[in-house]
Amino acid sequence: MTQHPSNEIAAHDQHGAHGAHGEDSLPEIPHVLRQTDIDPRAARRAERQVATMFGLSAVSTILFVVAFVAVKKDSVINLPVIGPIGGQNLALGMASGLALFLIGAGAIQWARKLMSDEEIVDERKSFSSDDETRDAVVEKFRQGTDESGFTKRPIIRRTLLAAMALVPIPAIVLLRDLGPLPEKKFRTTTWAKGKRIVADVSYKPIRPEDIPIGGLVAGALPADIREVEELQGNLNERAKATIILVRMDPSEIRGQQIPGGDVDGIIAFSKICTHLGCPIALYQQRTKHLLCPCHQSTFDLADKGDVIFGPAARRLPQLPIGVDNEGYLVATGDFQEPVGPSFWERG
Amino acid sequence: MSAGTPRRRRPAAAAALVTVGLVATGALYAAVGSMAAPATAATVVSPDLIKPGEQLYKEGCSSCHGLDLAGVPAESVGKGGARANGPSLLGVGAAAVDFQVSTGRMPVGAYGKQVVRGRSSYNDEEVAALAAYVASFAPGPAIPSEQDLDFKDANLAEGGELFRTNCAQCHNFAGQGGALSNGTYAPAISPKSPRHIWEAMLTGPQSMPVFADTTVNPDEKRAIIKYITAIKSSPNPGGAPLGRVGPVSEGLLMWTIGLGALIACTVWLGAKAR
Amino acid sequence: MTIAQRAAATTTTWIDDRIGAGKWLKKNLRKVFPDHWSFMLGEIALYSFILLLLTGVYLTLFFNPSMKEVVYNGSYAPLNGIKMTQAYDSTLRISFDVRGGLLVRQIHHWAALLFVSSVSVHMLRVFFTGAFRKPRELNWVIGVGLMTLAILEGFAGYSLPDDLLSGTGLRIAQGIVLAIPLVGSYVSTFLFGGEFPGTDFIPRLYSIHILLIPGILLGMLTAHLLLVWYQKHTQFPGPGRTNKNVVGFPLFPVYVAKAGGFFFIVSGVIVLISALFTINPIWMYGPYTPDQVTAGSQPDWYIGWLDGAVRVMPNWEIVLWGHNLSLNILVPALIVPGIMFTLLGLYPWIEARATGDRREHHLLDRPRNAPTRTALGAMGLSFYLLIWISGGNDLIAQAFSWSINAITWTIRVLLIVLPPIVFVITRRACLGLQRKDRDKLLHGRETGIIQRLPSGAYQEVHAPLTDDAKAKILSARESYYEPIEAGPAVDANGVAAPKKGRLARRLSKFYFEQRVTPPTDEEIAEGQHHAADDLATVRPAGQITSGH
Repeated sequence: MTQHPSNEIAAHDQHGAHGAHGEDSLPEIPHVLRQTDIDPRAARRAERQVATMFGLSAVSTILFVVAFVAVKKDSVINLPVIGPIGGQNLALGMASGLALFLIGAGAIQWARKLMSDEEIVDERKSFSSDDETRDAVVEKFRQGTDESGFTKRPIIRRTLLAAMALVPIPAIVLLRDLGPLPEKKFRTTTWAKGKRIVADVSYKPIRPEDIPIGGLVAGALPADIREVEELQGNLNERAKATIILVRMDPSEIRGQQIPGGDVDGIIAFSKICTHLGCPIALYQQRTKHLLCPCHQSTFDLADKGDVIFGPAARRLPQLPIGVDNEGYLVATGDFQEPVGPSFWERG
Repeated sequence: MSAGTPRRRRPAAAAALVTVGLVATGALYAAVGSMAAPATAATVVSPDLIKPGEQLYKEGCSSCHGLDLAGVPAESVGKGGARANGPSLLGVGAAAVDFQVSTGRMPVGAYGKQVVRGRSSYNDEEVAALAAYVASFAPGPAIPSEQDLDFKDANLAEGGELFRTNCAQCHNFAGQGGALSNGTYAPAISPKSPRHIWEAMLTGPQSMPVFADTTVNPDEKRAIIKYITAIKSSPNPGGAPLGRVGPVSEGLLMWTIGLGALIACTVWLGAKAR
Repeated sequence: MTIAQRAAATTTTWIDDRIGAGKWLKKNLRKVFPDHWSFMLGEIALYSFILLLLTGVYLTLFFNPSMKEVVYNGSYAPLNGIKMTQAYDSTLRISFDVRGGLLVRQIHHWAALLFVSSVSVHMLRVFFTGAFRKPRELNWVIGVGLMTLAILEGFAGYSLPDDLLSGTGLRIAQGIVLAIPLVGSYVSTFLFGGEFPGTDFIPRLYSIHILLIPGILLGMLTAHLLLVWYQKHTQFPGPGRTNKNVVGFPLFPVYVAKAGGFFFIVSGVIVLISALFTINPIWMYGPYTPDQVTAGSQPDWYIGWLDGAVRVMPNWEIVLWGHNLSLNILVPALIVPGIMFTLLGLYPWIEARATGDRREHHLLDRPRNAPTRTALGAMGLSFYLLIWISGGNDLIAQAFSWSINAITWTIRVLLIVLPPIVFVITRRACLGLQRKDRDKLLHGRETGIIQRLPSGAYQEVHAPLTDDAKAKILSARESYYEPIEAGPAVDANGVAAPKKGRLARRLSKFYFEQRVTPPTDEEIAEGQHHAADDLATVRPAGQITSGH
């Protein structure tokens, strides 16, 4: 490293600060007296201020206890601007907040006004030890290494290193049973040929004529979803199988993943965004665009569910649908590609 | 703090900081607050209204929607007249007319990405007449009756479930509205007029899809309206609701008022007393 | 001796007899801490962390981190009869049925937002004043680690109540995990105990949130504070303040009162905010189910930049030989943050390469005196702010009736264009300020008094600088560097100079090629005399005092 010019400058910094006055004494720390240092009345005033804050804090604490007992949990206070808000939260919070704040304000006012505000100086010491000490440390290490034979007995050293390298393995292996292997789980859903499509919340099956042109069924599921969930004890199937149904004039459909996959203009798409898995149902019926509320990926449902904007890379999978002999909408099979976000082995 | 530094500037800086915070939060409130809008009272349609409706239609609507209600396609209007094309009104029903006209969306005031809510140009009777006239051409969704809208006995919690499944994705969890593609948006839902909520679901105005009685039945519609009414008027147990738009306004508040107040305290703490 | 003094003496004797605390106390009771408001930013973080620990323990008494489904039957009518997990159910119970439970929940959440934001501004202060330089590089790295953990801890806590918003966040997190090349789907099924959402994740996240991360945070925080204590705090330049001393107030009593009091101030402010402002009204969001979503799905602010980066990323995905490489997710969610935090952590060494100096630095830089660093910081900040704003693009679109697509495209362009512009402007501004400082040193400060010269010309009277102003401006010398000079390209034996040196030289040139040289003592003395003479002509000598 080259010798740096600023080292020199650093050396005469102290000098520099006062050099212009031709002084070369110790640096002086300026100090101006406060009102409370000069005027005993000001000091007494400050004393009263501090004591008042501490006193009010104590009062607030008592008010907290009173509010805890007295203010009902469903009480409502109507404040200007803010509107109607919970009385209990407000009372408890204001009381305890002020109790805390006033202690702090009092203590700081005490320090600022009444404690000495003359600055004092500490010297810094360099953190590095002198060369002698460093040499001694090196020597001690060498001595320890020699005595242990760590360098002289390579076989001990190597086997120890090998053992140490291996010993964390159990900790990793133990994590194996955190969960099952992915297998085909991300590739299939519970949809199958002939499964009826039911509307979410009501779980009622849907007829094609139920959905008007421009209509949306914002959440639809396989008819047996609740039994599946009961059996599995989780919402995993719902997370994959949920679909939306839209109906447009068949002449408006420009393309489909499954040729002729609509039922009189009704098309079923997975509700799970292919980007990061948010459920999407922001269907804009005039443009036939579906917008994801999480990252704004936009899919054109009139044209194969293709991505037209945003970070999603893949189209929205279409579910093949048909009508059963009682006239209800059914799936005619599972999705033809995995639903939801991409994963390495997806293909 | 060393003596001789420009002491007075620091409290001023603190005050400026707090002011900036307050202004930012105020702007946030204004922005969020502007998402709410008014609505009008309910009316009932009767056949006697068709005649006056015809007159009103010819004066106010026919130039865009056509005298035969079949609409005026954009191509036929020519370049300069693109303002005057309107969709066919055949089969839209009285509900659509009532929604569009009494929320002030129609007749269109300013052309943009989206027709916006405003003050209605017609009084209740005129709206009813227009609706009756349009409905007389072809059957379509009707204006809901008082009984239709009586949500007293509806299931509040089910309404919430339906709201989160069907509405929240566009209108947000509290009905505050949200952004859609290319400058369009789902407006904040006004709880003042259950009739308009009903009609919007039934007719699917603008970007909104149709939630017909066959997919969201009248009971379910009443439940949704009950839920909207309930949450819109519900007090906020935890204090000011910050626009009910989720974590963004919370983060802004912490960065402005929260951190601002605390930095003001640090400045006070570090300033030399006089 | 008063009773109090005697009691204190007895206590210290008792302790000293057992652990020999006397020596330590003798040395440290009057330990000096320099005073500046910006030195309290880290304390805001420390105190909000303490508040988080206290309120967190309280919440564990009531929260039930289970994903077992129950039917709600509590005080909040709009959810009565709805199926939900016990996690959500117990959070509702805390909010509506435990007196003060909502307050504590809100304190916990507001304190979490404050914790990460105060950590951030503290870090910015340390960065822009160069407090990370030798000997404090280690503490900087610990700080970067603390910041990362704070963000993770916040996200874990945000996800626990299992409401619709946090569940959506978890779904996105799972999607990001899935995108990891090679092992993504395995890591996902292991983390979630199978597919998403499963029933294992929230209990697992719970132990991470209340035990693992807080434990590490606590340990690192202790190390962070011990190092500050041991290495003594840095100070801003001023009269009598050198690289070899610390000027300030004693620990006892001033800082016990100020810092101790400040704990109560921070707690008080958070509690007052929690009394007045709702945070995370989970009852409004509803319970999580994987097929519902709300418009405006956003994370807490400290994840907003990540979410925003994911939003603006173009939809690049490579599919090759049956394998997917989701650049649209990996770049914004893992690669860019990885690079950002690595650069942040390594920054002290990067700059040390450029300066080539090995001195200890205890005197802080004024940001203008380190123009390249300040400009780099501003550049990074502009990048961060842009993706942060992008995280709220839908709300911005809604509030201002703008097109969300246009906002996204604008941010995409700005992300490439704006940071370099910010860099150039900031560096120029810093250099300009330095030149102004140099002028002040050479010609004194401007008094605003206009004087007419015998020749008839007008000129402004300049006055000498105050000690304080001079000490500040002179500190530019401490921050002054020239680019590292190249040695001979080929040495005496004809061997080419090592490449390594060349990199450092290039870096050094980038940092210090543009610079303002601080004036020498002689130049200053001359200039200040002029100024004093100047002033003496308009005012009697006795009135020449300091002023601003």
